[in-house]
Amino acid sequence: MSVTASSALLVQGAGPQYVNATGLFTLSWVLIALPLLSAAVLLLTGRRANAWGHLLGCASVLCSFVLGLAMLFAMLGRSGPDRLIDQHLFSWIPAGSFQVEAGLLLDPLSMTFVLLITGVGGMIHIYSIGYMAHDPERRRFFGELNLFVAAMLLLVLGDSFLTLYVGWEGVGLASYLLIGFWSYKPTAATAAKKAFLVNRVGDVGLSLAIMLMFATFGTTSFAGVFSGADRMMAATATGIGLLLLLGACGKSAQFPLQSWLLDAMEGPTPVSALIHAATMVTAGVYLIARSNPIFDVSPNARLGVTIVGAVTLLFGATIGCAYDDIKKVLASSTMSQVGYMILAVGIGPGVYALGIVQLVCHGFFKATMFLGAGSVMHATKDNVNMRHYGGLRRLMPITFLTFTAGYLAIIGFPFFSGFYSKDKIIEAAFDKGGTSGLVLGSAALLGAGVTAYYMTRLMAMTFFGRPRWEEGVTPNESPRSMTMPMIVLGIGAVFAGALLTFVGDGLAGFLTPSLGPAEKGSPPVISASGQTLLILAVATVGAVIAYLQFGRRSVPDTARQDVPVVVTAARQALYGDAVNEAVFMRPGQYTTRALVFFDNFGVDGAVRGLAALVGGSSGRLRRVQTGFVRSYALLMFGGAALVVIGLTLAYAI
Amino acid sequence: MSTAQSLPALAADFPAPQIAYSALSPMVAVFGAALIGVLVEAFAPRRARAGLQLAVALLGLLGGLLAVGLLAGTREVTAVGAVAVDGPALFVQGTVLALGVAAMLLLAERSLESGGGAIVAQAATVPGSADERALVGTDHLQTEVFPLAMLAIGGMLLFPASNDLLLMFVALEVLSLPLYLMCGLARRRRLLSQEAAVKYFLLGAFSSAFFLYGLALLYGYAGTVSLPGIAAATQVTASNDGLLYTGLGLLTVGLLFKISAVPFHSWTPDVYQGAPTPVTALMATGTKVAAFGALLRVYYVAFGAIRWDWRPLLWVIAIATMAVGALLAITQRDVKRMLAYSSVAHAGFILTGVVAATRAGLAGSLFYLLAYGFTTLAAFGILTLVRDADGEATDLSSWAGLGRRSPMVAGAFAILLLALAGIPLTSGFTGKFAVFSAAADAGAAGLVVVAVVCSAIAAFFYVRVIVLMFFNEPAADGPTVAIPGAFTSAALALGVAVTVVLGVFPSPLLKLADQAALFIR
Repeated sequence: MSVTASSALLVQGAGPQYVNATGLFTLSWVLIALPLLSAAVLLLTGRRANAWGHLLGCASVLCSFVLGLAMLFAMLGRSGPDRLIDQHLFSWIPAGSFQVEAGLLLDPLSMTFVLLITGVGGMIHIYSIGYMAHDPERRRFFGELNLFVAAMLLLVLGDSFLTLYVGWEGVGLASYLLIGFWSYKPTAATAAKKAFLVNRVGDVGLSLAIMLMFATFGTTSFAGVFSGADRMMAATATGIGLLLLLGACGKSAQFPLQSWLLDAMEGPTPVSALIHAATMVTAGVYLIARSNPIFDVSPNARLGVTIVGAVTLLFGATIGCAYDDIKKVLASSTMSQVGYMILAVGIGPGVYALGIVQLVCHGFFKATMFLGAGSVMHATKDNVNMRHYGGLRRLMPITFLTFTAGYLAIIGFPFFSGFYSKDKIIEAAFDKGGTSGLVLGSAALLGAGVTAYYMTRLMAMTFFGRPRWEEGVTPNESPRSMTMPMIVLGIGAVFAGALLTFVGDGLAGFLTPSLGPAEKGSPPVISASGQTLLILAVATVGAVIAYLQFGRRSVPDTARQDVPVVVTAARQALYGDAVNEAVFMRPGQYTTRALVFFDNFGVDGAVRGLAALVGGSSGRLRRVQTGFVRSYALLMFGGAALVVIGLTLAYAI
Repeated sequence: MSTAQSLPALAADFPAPQIAYSALSPMVAVFGAALIGVLVEAFAPRRARAGLQLAVALLGLLGGLLAVGLLAGTREVTAVGAVAVDGPALFVQGTVLALGVAAMLLLAERSLESGGGAIVAQAATVPGSADERALVGTDHLQTEVFPLAMLAIGGMLLFPASNDLLLMFVALEVLSLPLYLMCGLARRRRLLSQEAAVKYFLLGAFSSAFFLYGLALLYGYAGTVSLPGIAAATQVTASNDGLLYTGLGLLTVGLLFKISAVPFHSWTPDVYQGAPTPVTALMATGTKVAAFGALLRVYYVAFGAIRWDWRPLLWVIAIATMAVGALLAITQRDVKRMLAYSSVAHAGFILTGVVAATRAGLAGSLFYLLAYGFTTLAAFGILTLVRDADGEATDLSSWAGLGRRSPMVAGAFAILLLALAGIPLTSGFTGKFAVFSAAADAGAAGLVVVAVVCSAIAAFFYVRVIVLMFFNEPAADGPTVAIPGAFTSAALALGVAVTVVLGVFPSPLLKLADQAALFIR
C-alpha cells in the first residue's frame, strides 16, 4: 500500500526505479496467500482438521518455497536493474486525493527473505510434526505458524512502509499467540504479554516514522520515499532513521528493548527457532537495510544504529555466558548475533549486504541449534537446565553432529558459515576507520571471543562430561521427522556461508540492485588475513577458557553463588528487567495510581457532582411548576417584560 | 342620504380583492372538509357519524396534501398581499397536513378502549355524575372533535402562510380555539382534562393579547401590518424605534407561547398531560410546526434587516428553553410529562436554527420540524397503547421491563427516543446536525456548544427510559400493552418509518428543504 496525496510534493529523480511485474512475478501474492489460506482453514475448521491439519500447514509453506525458488530462477534470468519488480494489487482506499494502494515488491532483498522464511520455515514446520505430536492443540499450532509465515512474507514483500507495517503487526500478533501457546502456564502467558508490550514501544517508533515520512514526502511507498530521500533535510532524515531504529530495536530485541526475547523462550521450541531466531527477530535488520536510502543520507542515524548493534552484541554475549537454561543461552546468542547484523547495516553504504549475509547464515545455524536444543529437551522430558544434561553425544548422535555444525558455524570456525559472515562484519567495522571504527571493531572482536566461550560452555555442558540426568530420564535420539530438518539445516549451517560468498557474485552481488554496490572503505588498518587470524585467535582463547572451565572439570548441580559481581549481573540478564521495572514499570504504576485517584475524585467526582447539580437544579426548577394558572401568567408577564427590555437594551447598546 | 351617495365612491376605492384560490387550495380543502364535518354533525345519524367524519377529514387532509404537492415551487402573494404561498409556507403546510393525517388516525382509534377511544362520550356530562357513568362503556363519542381538529389544522395551514400580522392573528385564533376545546375532551381523568383546557385557554388568551398589543404597536411604527411593509419601514424609518422594539417584543411573546419556549412554556406539561393523548400529539407537533413557520416568516421577512437586534434575544431564549426543557425532563416520573418537556427542549434546538438567520438555518429548521413532528407524534401514539385499568399508564415505573413483554412496541419506542436524543442513523441526528451546523456557520458557535451540552443532558432521560424498558424486571402489576388497531398501527408505522428513513437517507428531504427555504418578500 502506498499513500499519496495529490497536493504533496512528489519528487522524481534518484532512488530505485521499479519495473512492473510480468509473467511469473504477477503471482507474488500467491506466496502470501497460500500460508494465509492454510492458516484460515486450520483456525476456522476446528477439530475436524486435526487429522490432516499439520500436513496442510507444511504443504502450504513448502509450496510457497517452491514458488519462491521458481521466482528466484526467473529473477536470475534478468539483468540487474530489472530485478526490482513491483506488482500493483489494488487500490485500498481511493478517497479523493488520499489514495492508499496495495502492492508487492519482489527484489533481490525480499527474494532472499522469501526463501529464508519459507525454506527454514518449511523445515521447522516439518520438525514440528514430530515435536508437537503429543500436543492436543497441534492443529492450532500449525495454523498460528502459518499465520506467522504469511504475515512475515507480507512484511518483506510489501512495496510501501504501510504494507510493511501491516505485516509487522501481523508477526507481532503471531509471536504473541505462539509465545503464549501454552497459555495455561502463567509464565508463558506473562511472557507473551511482555513480548507484546515491549514490541508496542518499538511499533510506536515505526508508526511515527511512517507518519513523518508521509508528512515529508506525501507518500509511504518505497518508490516515493526513496526517490525523495536525498533531498530531505538532514534533521528529518535523522529523525526518521532513529524512529525506524526504535522500531527495529523492539522487533529485533536490541538494546534497550531486548528484555522480552529471553522470556519468549516460554513458547514451544520450534517457535523459538523460527520466530525468535531465524526470521522475525531479523525484521529490524530488514527494515534498516530496506530503508538504506534514508540511512545513506544520515550519518547520525547510522551512528545510532551501530552503537545499538555493538552494545547489544556484547550485552547478549555476556548474559549468554551466565544462563544454565539452554534456550535462554541460545536466545542471548540470538540477541548478540542480531547485534552483529544491526552493526553491519549501521556501518552503511556497501556493508548493508554483509548484514543480510550474516542474517541468512544465522538463520541456518541458529535454527539448527534451536532444533537441536528442542531435540535434547524432547529426550530429557522438557528439561532446559544444562546442568542436568551431559554426555548426550553418544545417545543422540544426529543431534550432536548437527548441533556441532551450528556451533562451529557460530564461533566462526574456518570455512563454516560464520567464518564468512561474521568475520566480514568485524573486518568492516575496523575498516570503517577512525575512533569509531576502532571501538566498534574491538567490540565486535571481543564479542566473537565471548561467543566462542559461551557456545563452548553450552556444548561441553550438554554433550560432554558425565551424565547428570534427572531420575527417570533415558535420552533417545528424536524421530525422523525431527532429525531430517536438523540435518538439512545443519548442512546449510556448514555450507551457506561459502555458497553465499563464492557462487556467482555471491549474495552481496545479488543484493546490489536493492542495497547498492559493495564498497571498499579506507585501506584496512590491519590486512585482511591479519584480521582473520586475530579473530580466530580471540575465538580460540574464548573456547579454550570455556573448555578448561566446563569440559575438564565436573559441572556442579547448582550454580556457584560465590562469584564475581559481573557474573551475578549477567545471571540477572544485566538487570534488564530491573531497569525496565525501575524506569518504566514503577513510574507507570505510580502514574496509573495517580490517575485512578484523579479519576475517582476528580473525573468521577466531577461527573457525580455534575449529575447532582443537574438533578438539583431540575428539582429546584420544578418548584416553579406549581400548577396554578396565576403563577404561570405571572411568569409569562415577567418573561414578556424581560423580552421587551432585552430587545430595547440590545438596540440601545 | 349622504351615506347612500358616498357608497359608490367607497366601492370604487375598495375593489373586490383578487384571490388566487388555486394557491389557497390546501386551506380551502381543509376548511371545506371542516365545514362539511359540521354539516355531517348536524344531519348524519349518530351511528354513522364517526366513520363519516373520519372519511371527510381524511379526504380533506389528503386533498390538501395533494394540493400542496401540485403547488410545489409556487411563489406568489395573494388575497391583497395577506397570504404568501412560497417554499417555507408549502413545506410547513405539507408537514402539518401529513402530521394531521396521522393525528386524525390516532383520534379515530376506537379499539383500545371499550366503545369510545380517547375522546369523551358526551362532553356536557358533569364528571363523576350518573349521566357520565351511564355513557362510559357505550359507543357514544363526541364526534365534533373531528371538525374541530380540521378547523385547528386549517388555522395551522394559514398561520405560516400569513403575510400580514392581522391575518396571522386570525389564523392564530382559528388554530387555538378548537384546541382549547379539544383539550377538555378526554374520556378518562376528565377533571384533569378540563383543568388543562381552562389553563390553556386562559394562558392562550393572555398570550394572544400580547400578540395583538405588539401588532398594534408595530402598526403605529410602520403604518401597515403587512410583513413586507414593516420590513420596508425598518429599512427607512429611523424614528420611533421604541415602538418597533416594544412591538416586536410583544409579538414575539405571542409566538413563543405557541412554540412553548421558556419562559412561556409553563402551560405545556400541564396541558399536554391533561389533554387526550391524540390531541396532545396534534398540539405537540402540528401547532409547534405551524407556529415555527409563522415565527420564521415574521423574523426573516419583516425583521430580517434588524436581525442583529433580535438575535441576542433569541440566543438567550434558545439557551433557556433547551436548558430548562432538558433539566426538568430529568426529574419527571410521568412519560407524558417527560415528552412535554422534551418538546420544550426541542423548541430550543429548533430556535438555534432560527438564530442562524440564514438560508441554511431556515432549511435546517424546516427539516428539523418535519423530523421532530413525526417522531413525537409516533411517541405519543405509543403512549396510547400502554394501558392499565385506569386507562393509559404513563407513570415511568410501570414501563419497567416493557421490552420483555412487548418487544415490538418497546423497540419502536426505543427508536423514537433515540431519534429524540439525536443518535446517528435516526432523523433526530440529521435534524440536529442541520440546525447546529447552520448556527455554527452563522457565528453562533457558543450557542451550538450549549445546545450540544443540552442534547447530552436530554439524551440521559431518553436513554433512561430505554434502559428501564429493556434492562429492568417487569413490574408484577404492570400495564398491558394493547394490540394497536389498524389506525394506530398505520400512524405509528408512518412515524417510525419517517424517523428511520430520514436518518439513513436524509439527502432527498434535505435537498427539498433547501430548495424550499426561500421566503417571498
